[in-house]
Amino acid sequence: MSSFWSWWIIVITVVNILACYWLIKWTMKSRPGEAAEGDVTGHSWDGLEELNNPLPRWWLWLFYGTIIFALAYLALYPGLGNFKGFLGWTQENQWEAEIKSADEQYGPIFQKFASQDIPTLAKDAEALDIGRRLYLNYCALCHGSDAGGAPGFPSLADDAWMFGGSPEQIEASILNGRAGVMPALGPALGGDEGVKQVAAYVASLSGRDVDPALAEAGKEKYAAACAACHMPDGTGNEALGAPNLTDKVWVYGSTMASIEESIRNGRQGQMPAFKDFLGEDKVRLLAAYVYSLSQK
Amino acid sequence: MSTATTYNYKVVRQFTIMTIVWGIVGMLVGVLIAAQLIWPALNFEIPWLTYGRLRPLHTNAVIFAFGGSALIGTSLYVVQRTCQTRLFANGLAGFVFWGWTLVIVLAAITLPLGLTSSKEYAELEWPIDILITVVWVAYAIVFFGTIMKRKTKHIYVANWFYGAFILTIALLHIVNNLEIPYSMTRSYSIYPGTIDAMVQWWYGHNAVGFFLTAGFLGMMYYFIPKQAGRPVYSYRLSIVHFWALISTYMWAGPHHLHYTALPDWTQSIGMVFSLILLAPSWGGMINGIMTLSGAWHKLRDDPIIRFLIVSLSFYGMSTFEGPMMSVKTVNALSHYTDWTIGHVHAGALGWVAMVTIGSTYALLPKLFAREQMYSTRLIEWHFWISTIGVVLYIAALWIAGVMQGLMWRAVNADGTLTYSFIQSIEQSYPFYVVRLIGGTLFFLGMFIMAYNAWKTIKAGESVDAPVAEPA
Repeated sequence: MSSFWSWWIIVITVVNILACYWLIKWTMKSRPGEAAEGDVTGHSWDGLEELNNPLPRWWLWLFYGTIIFALAYLALYPGLGNFKGFLGWTQENQWEAEIKSADEQYGPIFQKFASQDIPTLAKDAEALDIGRRLYLNYCALCHGSDAGGAPGFPSLADDAWMFGGSPEQIEASILNGRAGVMPALGPALGGDEGVKQVAAYVASLSGRDVDPALAEAGKEKYAAACAACHMPDGTGNEALGAPNLTDKVWVYGSTMASIEESIRNGRQGQMPAFKDFLGEDKVRLLAAYVYSLSQK
Repeated sequence: MSTATTYNYKVVRQFTIMTIVWGIVGMLVGVLIAAQLIWPALNFEIPWLTYGRLRPLHTNAVIFAFGGSALIGTSLYVVQRTCQTRLFANGLAGFVFWGWTLVIVLAAITLPLGLTSSKEYAELEWPIDILITVVWVAYAIVFFGTIMKRKTKHIYVANWFYGAFILTIALLHIVNNLEIPYSMTRSYSIYPGTIDAMVQWWYGHNAVGFFLTAGFLGMMYYFIPKQAGRPVYSYRLSIVHFWALISTYMWAGPHHLHYTALPDWTQSIGMVFSLILLAPSWGGMINGIMTLSGAWHKLRDDPIIRFLIVSLSFYGMSTFEGPMMSVKTVNALSHYTDWTIGHVHAGALGWVAMVTIGSTYALLPKLFAREQMYSTRLIEWHFWISTIGVVLYIAALWIAGVMQGLMWRAVNADGTLTYSFIQSIEQSYPFYVVRLIGGTLFFLGMFIMAYNAWKTIKAGESVDAPVAEPA
């Protein structure tokens, strides 16, 4: 901030605080001709009057106390414009200090597991306990505390994986995040009619009862618009995060309406990256826990 | 009797009756959403009844419909009585009532429809904001015009507070609602990111400071000495606490944004001024309660006085709690928990609603040419039922809030959080039930009041009192 604004803040802050003190002193002064202490002042409004009683002493000390505290606080902490305060405190350095002490205290606990591979960790009760707690802190919000998923957020407890269920793939998903992009195909398929046909064909891939004529009409369009990612047989592609369409798992809902919605307007799935936030050691334990869920 | 020699009570009657009506409506919505927190199915899967839409309806209804009607109504009564002159611009006063009512009706329609500018306590969209501005300017003209033509030499202390409330709310409302419309029902705030947040909480906290504090202190400064039949305790105290209160409140907003992207210096200044605010806030409490000195027996005999004095006790409690919660270390525990909701209701139910209820019981008979309310016994009942209600409400949310804060920061030996968020919600259920019981009791009390008011009005007559000659 420029020194003009810095001084602006300093001046009006200090003036307002000192003005409180001046206000007290000014009001306490007795004036010639005023009513005696404890008497009415002589004014009357609709029969209402006021007494000339002094400011309560205990209340004054409370007031002075907060003024002194305010001035002392502003000397010690950032507050008066560009003046940093004598303690050098900032909310950033407080946070950094807390993170540093937490890393020192808890780091060794996680490092202990760093050299073990994920399948081994997935059988280690202590590692799984930590992994489960990490999961509840950071993952349960979207994927559910039972890892059963929610619409738009895949279940982690089954055998279906959009980006692969191997230990390495799970770890990579958590470390770097994933973007599952289904493009909007409504216009390319020639509008609603085409969407309905493709949806019928897609539903038929998992053995559902659909109108055979619709599905037949959708088959050709599927080959042109969908097969590149979801594969000609519909089994999907883990490298792209294109889900398998031949199983009974539907991330965005299994009704015909939601399948049509996915095709018509597309879907944007976003798994955030946790590498910088949690660090590799914690992600490893998380991956082990998630991996263990599909190994039961 | 010609109208020039009587006070204009008509607009006061209108606002006073609507105070009770909107109080019931606003609290009904509050009770419903409190129940939804326990039984989410109570939104019946109807978008208009979902929590996210009804919550702003509840806050707007109790603050601006109930509180606003109480403030505008009593201020127009008090300013006439203490200036000892009829209202200035009586036609405009009628417009203020119908305009304000239209604002409330529009809020009740648009908020459930999900039309919101998404700023807390300033959710209404831009066309309604403009209507509010017009009505508020009309209100200011009526109020300050009456002050200008006063027959008394000095301006009574209640009017300082009402006046500060009117001026500041105009400023806050306009600055915080500057937005660029892109359709009749949608707009964008002109402020970017953190600045938007700061302007919002400058507004938000001063809505508490000037709407819910200064305005109601104006009410207190008339109805307590009037009901007690005693002079105000100390005019010196009223001077100090008035000027200190209005100058320091303006700075307190940043304490809503501790440990955020707001710069450190802004947070610190917000915190120290919130602490300085303690003594000026308590000045009003001392002046009100000590006005009763020499007449303490009235606390036993008169349930109206009891409402008024107990409201000041809750005021004192929440104005102590507020500065404490603004301290960063305390805020780190209390922020985002139900403690904040408890604090707000200590103020809104304990202070704002109870001082309004007491003042309305004192005012209604005057407006309808009756000696007193239809039943003093029913006022007694109302007092106890609402006091128990408030205490249950705030105690439950204190416990729930502190528990949530402690659960969120608890860590295991490996540094992971001990509890997931949903566990803290699960643990809060019993307290949500107690809160619902407390809120329901308070809500039921309003029906006792409505019945008592109806019987009083039915037995009374709408007579405007003659203007008193200045002493």
